[in-house]
Amino acid sequence: MTTITDDVPAEAPSGHGHGLPSDAQYVKIALLLAFITVLEVGTYFIEEATTTLLVGILVPMMVVKFMIVAGYFMHLKYDNPIFRRIFLFGVCLAVVVFGIMLTTFGFFSDDFLRFPG
Amino acid sequence: MQAPVAADHGHTSSTGISNTKLAMWVYLGSDCLLFGSLISTYLLLRHRSVGGPTAEELFDIPFTSVSTFVLLMSSLTMVLAVSALMRHDVRLNRIWLGTTAMLGAVFIGGQVYEFTTFYREGLGYTTNIFGSAFYTLTAFHGVHVTVGIVMLMSLLGMSFRGNLGPERSETVETIGLYWHFVDIVWIIIFTVVYLIP
Repeated sequence: MTTITDDVPAEAPSGHGHGLPSDAQYVKIALLLAFITVLEVGTYFIEEATTTLLVGILVPMMVVKFMIVAGYFMHLKYDNPIFRRIFLFGVCLAVVVFGIMLTTFGFFSDDFLRFPG
Repeated sequence: MQAPVAADHGHTSSTGISNTKLAMWVYLGSDCLLFGSLISTYLLLRHRSVGGPTAEELFDIPFTSVSTFVLLMSSLTMVLAVSALMRHDVRLNRIWLGTTAMLGAVFIGGQVYEFTTFYREGLGYTTNIFGSAFYTLTAFHGVHVTVGIVMLMSLLGMSFRGNLGPERSETVETIGLYWHFVDIVWIIIFTVVYLIP
């Protein structure tokens, strides 16, 4: 039978394999997220930017923020790998299913906006 | 002294994985599909309006950026609440839980203000297909944030009644997972809906 003993550190309940970040590290991570957000908002003020350029800049920054929050704040980096697999399965399934849907409706084609309504 | 894991975490299985946490991750994985459907529908419909104001005419990016920053910082306060309880600091845990709920409420207040402004500028739910897609997506997210606030307030209530000690840090962590997920969804919405023209 699985048991827990008094000498198990309070910082590592329920399957956290490694020590979690300290409060100071969490603050640094949040500052990094805030910095990336400032960069994202900064692109709004680039008047000459094309949609393709903005997608190329903003999507990678969005993915990085997503991974930082999921990895550090949601503890996926430290927790049991089964949680990571379950969540990634949901994310990947959504990307594939709705990627197919958008492709089916011609979202990625050049003609998409030529036939509104 | 040894005590069964079940006594502390209530729902830990023989595999050592917490059932409660597992259930939350399964829910969050399935919620990806809900928001995936709403975001992709918005992408398909946003430029299909034949009347009424458009996104470019309505969006106030500086204002939404502040809301985004508030929600991002609420993720920090949430993780600090979990961290405090793991260190057996109940007082600090209450402070961070209250701060997180307050930041969430500020975000919802911003969303209500935004919706009101858009409505006054002529974008109702049925004005055009962009409005329907936009309000459906952002309101669904807003409902998620509101549910999160209710859960945080419940945790705060439990704490003041003495039912949220360090032995229940996993409960706070599980609610925290939900809160961070709501933040993650907003990270995507902010980029896809507001920043990419």
